[in-house]
Amino acid sequence: MDEQKKLAIIATKGTLDWAYPPFILASTASALGYETQIFFTFYGLQMLRKDLSCLKVSPLGNPGMPMKMPFGPKWFKDINWNIPNAVQSLVPGYESLATVLMKQTIANNGVATIPELRGLCQEAEVKFIACQMTVELFGFEHSDFIDGVEYGGAATFFEFAGETDICLFI
Amino acid sequence: MDFDKELDARGLNCPLPILRTKKTLNEMTSGQVLKVIATDPGSVKDFAAFAKQTGNELLSSAEAGNEYTFFIKKK
Repeated sequence: MDEQKKLAIIATKGTLDWAYPPFILASTASALGYETQIFFTFYGLQMLRKDLSCLKVSPLGNPGMPMKMPFGPKWFKDINWNIPNAVQSLVPGYESLATVLMKQTIANNGVATIPELRGLCQEAEVKFIACQMTVELFGFEHSDFIDGVEYGGAATFFEFAGETDICLFI
Repeated sequence: MDFDKELDARGLNCPLPILRTKKTLNEMTSGQVLKVIATDPGSVKDFAAFAKQTGNELLSSAEAGNEYTFFIKKK
């Protein structure tokens, strides 16, 4: 009897912050002995691209995201820069700046980068499945994505998901 | 406590200490002991959970200063 636990994740978000939960949970599950599969669909496909610099974080319209500086003295780092949405949307490059600051904060805190976590998932033989329908819908080519990705649809997802102990939609 | 291998996970945050531990244990043989030093406060609960789920035995878990030391015996 196969006693190995199984985890299936559907990854639907295409931003730097939301790339963390699927890769953290999948890599950890593998370390705990789970057989793990991630199904990437819609914006989640961005996480499979060879060049991950497409992943950005946007504080615009995200009231839960603190805007703090990752450098300077403690009093300065503690300031939460409450910048109005109207200003954020008008300033060119605001999103790129926020992404640079977020990546610095991530490095300062000893948190892994997304390329690192994705690599750890691959090393642990987490299976990556890209939704073929959304690959075509968004005009991607298979060559945009890393090697080792399998392509399939909803039925492919259920084949594995139906046998899992845990199934998450992220 | 005697140990066969040491892993320095200081400065690393979740889930890296666990992932590095798993990787290091893979290179060891059954019965050997791995010492892990971490600074992530979440690692105390995480290492207990890791041991419980993987069957590797957590021989000890201790805190000194802001460092956490774990001894894990490979299954």
